Amino acid sequence: MMNGPPPNADRWMLVEELEHLATGAWILGTGGGGDPYHALLELKELYRLGHRIRIVDPLGLPDDALIACVGQMNAPLVVQERLNDGVIMAETVRMMERYIGQSFDGIMLWEIGGANCLQPFLAAAHLNLPVVDCDAMGRAFPQADMTTFAICGLKPHPWTMADIRGNSIIFTEAVDWAWMERMTRRACAVFGSSAATCKAPRSGHEAKTATVLHTVTKALSLGAAVQEARDRHDDVVKAVIDREGGLLLFKGKVADVERRATEAHLRGHLIIEGLDRFSGSRFELDFQNEFSVGWLDGELSVTVPDLICVLDTLSGEALGTETIRFGQRVSVIVLPAPAILLSEAGLRHVGPRAFGYDLDFKSVFAA
Amino acid sequence: MTQRIGIDVGGTNTDAVLIAGNDIVARIKTPTTRDITSGVLAAMNALVQNRTTAQNISAVMIGTTHFVNAVVQRDGLSPVAAMRIALPAAAQVRPFADWPEDLRRHVEGPVFQIRGGHEVDGSPIVPLDHEAIAQAARAIRASGISAVGVTAAFSPLTAAAEIEAERIIRDIAPEVLVTCSHRLGRIGLLARENVTLLNASLQDLARRTIEGFQQARLASGIAAPLFITQNDGTMVRAEHATAYPVLCFGSGPTNSLRGAAFLSGLKDAMVNDVGGTTSDIGTLASGFPREANNVVYVGGVRTLFRMPDTFSVGLGGGTIVDQANPRNIGPKSVGFRLASEALVFGGNTLTCSDIAVAAGLTDMGDPSRVSHLSAQFVKDALHRIHEIGIDAVNHMKTSFEDVPLIAVGGAAFLVPDEIPGISNVVRVAEPGVANAVGAAMAQVSGEIDHIFQDVSRDDALATARSLADAKAREAGAEPDSIEVIELEDLPIAYMRGNALRVRIRVAGRMAQENLMQGAIE
Repeated sequence: MMNGPPPNADRWMLVEELEHLATGAWILGTGGGGDPYHALLELKELYRLGHRIRIVDPLGLPDDALIACVGQMNAPLVVQERLNDGVIMAETVRMMERYIGQSFDGIMLWEIGGANCLQPFLAAAHLNLPVVDCDAMGRAFPQADMTTFAICGLKPHPWTMADIRGNSIIFTEAVDWAWMERMTRRACAVFGSSAATCKAPRSGHEAKTATVLHTVTKALSLGAAVQEARDRHDDVVKAVIDREGGLLLFKGKVADVERRATEAHLRGHLIIEGLDRFSGSRFELDFQNEFSVGWLDGELSVTVPDLICVLDTLSGEALGTETIRFGQRVSVIVLPAPAILLSEAGLRHVGPRAFGYDLDFKSVFAA
Repeated sequence: MTQRIGIDVGGTNTDAVLIAGNDIVARIKTPTTRDITSGVLAAMNALVQNRTTAQNISAVMIGTTHFVNAVVQRDGLSPVAAMRIALPAAAQVRPFADWPEDLRRHVEGPVFQIRGGHEVDGSPIVPLDHEAIAQAARAIRASGISAVGVTAAFSPLTAAAEIEAERIIRDIAPEVLVTCSHRLGRIGLLARENVTLLNASLQDLARRTIEGFQQARLASGIAAPLFITQNDGTMVRAEHATAYPVLCFGSGPTNSLRGAAFLSGLKDAMVNDVGGTTSDIGTLASGFPREANNVVYVGGVRTLFRMPDTFSVGLGGGTIVDQANPRNIGPKSVGFRLASEALVFGGNTLTCSDIAVAAGLTDMGDPSRVSHLSAQFVKDALHRIHEIGIDAVNHMKTSFEDVPLIAVGGAAFLVPDEIPGISNVVRVAEPGVANAVGAAMAQVSGEIDHIFQDVSRDDALATARSLADAKAREAGAEPDSIEVIELEDLPIAYMRGNALRVRIRVAGRMAQENLMQGAIE
């Protein structure tokens, strides 16, 4: 066992927490990761049928525990039509068990942001395994080489992938994470830009040391803050900011959205005209699935990996880059990024240069 | 001078106006009747006194909350079959999955999940299972269900599977009414399917209701065409509305807001529509209702409708005031029984209208019947009424700057003159018929839904705009009045040449001469 804080008590996720999980995950998705609504319906149905899911603290795992890491690969628009499928997700885990000849002790999240937060829970329900309270991004990112696993230099293979028709692939070797991303993304496109994947298996030790810890708890807490503020008829956006120590960057109305779909990503640009105390100003945001860089009146304001979230000003609900629309009244907020993403290695993988910007990262939270 | 009739068929009252040019020539309020037709006929007869007037009518515009009320009250809905063509995709979440239980009981019929549908790039998910569709059609026919909603994966981009299913169903079960999702909705399978199923369940009610409107029109001697107003402030011929009743869901608040704009001459303002039971507050931007963000729940069903953003609070002319405690007001209302139950009308229930009469804010019924109320009681009750209204306005207000507020509705007199954040409260001459005026002022629209390739986004948008404008002009819009009311562009992945799907909807005032032409056709 490593030294560190004592683990949190393992516990069963309650039925009333399902909604909190989805709300929080959608905020942490920073515009990407997909709207978790459909996955939430599927999860509620599984709870209705009597399934219950246990959440365990990675800090309490034996170092040699074997953890499956699952996530859906999607073009953002596709999942809105094809929906998710927990049964296929579970099948990728079984494929992996057959391939490596070992059984998993738990399931961890690839990505806490958006619908991918809920996929591991669907698989966990079908497989009767606990969910480990950590993930490999601490938010959502568009690529496999933007994970804590890549930052920490863990090996990227093997991966299993399955589609809804019963086609499946095992990726046995990739020379690095960028190649794993390239191969799997191309295969995913062949499957209609939606495929379930089980990523390279992780040990208990790796789950403790090479992930963002306790992000399930964080999503649940954010979702609860939203619910509480709504119940009080309070300012939901402020409640989100307060819960995570974030900042309000801008408030306004969407004046234009431009989108371009590439094979893997939805890229685009959003223009927001200011309202209230931001009246007369303009905020612009670029996105690559997730919001990546923001400018206030032409001046650089915020970049990845800080969490740039666009929320509906009134309801506080997160808005996705694929559905945000002209005329919506929105608040742009920023939440602090996990420390591991801010390390030198972290910024190489997820800083603005990794997204093609000739910019140095400067956190809005830096003094 | 040509004249038009605007009618708002609300849950409680049917309001109607006869408009010549920009003037309200006549107005009438009648109770909405259970059969709808007789109330509408009574209103038309009251406006059209003789054959000469009837011949001058160039158009009748009706806005109705009847269909949305049917969903909210679970009344008059037909059970429907659901056909989803997406397997093996979307297998885990069934149709009706996110509907409230009580509504499911009224609407949910047999559910068919069929292999087929398309990918985002237009290729089939799997080959369409024609035989399964035929089997489903036979089962629907055998079950006696009268309507089916058909939803296929990615049908807004590739409608072929839905069109083929519609053809097969019509062959086998010609009496079954088919609603295809691609004609109603956007990307988002479940929300589009929900709208499609709601529409299917309203087919029978819509046919009967609009037939009733037509009969009333003919019985009153009017030969002019009948239009039904829609969520976005535009109108369609009644025949079209019969097939798509869901597009009328938000027309009640839309008509009130647009009527308020017309009556006040203001294009940017907040509006408080105080009726018998509720105050509905909305916002006008450039003369159109500001729309709600994203998801809209209709009777508990999640949809992606574009609807006016309104906030309702239980405060209206019929709202009940506790005779023992002037601060205990509502949300219960005597509703349409105001004319018999309010004190001033000889009834036994103290209502907000009675308080307003006692305070001298309005004149109705017999004021002597409220003279027993103490001045302090009336003052306290009125103070509370104003508090409720002010809170509701604050809830909806989004800008820091002071804005005007237009007071409309039958109980507009309940809106106070001083409201924090409101620059001035605008009172109009005929506040009680703002909704009917809004219906009479409904616009005609042009819509384009086209995939552009090998052109820039700017060029694609400009081309779409000019095509839509041309359609609106053909429909009779005055060219100078045409504005964009909806614009959405969607890149289509994988399709060659930066394919961009553009949906644009423009609308403008209908020119008088065109209305006449419509009458002659």
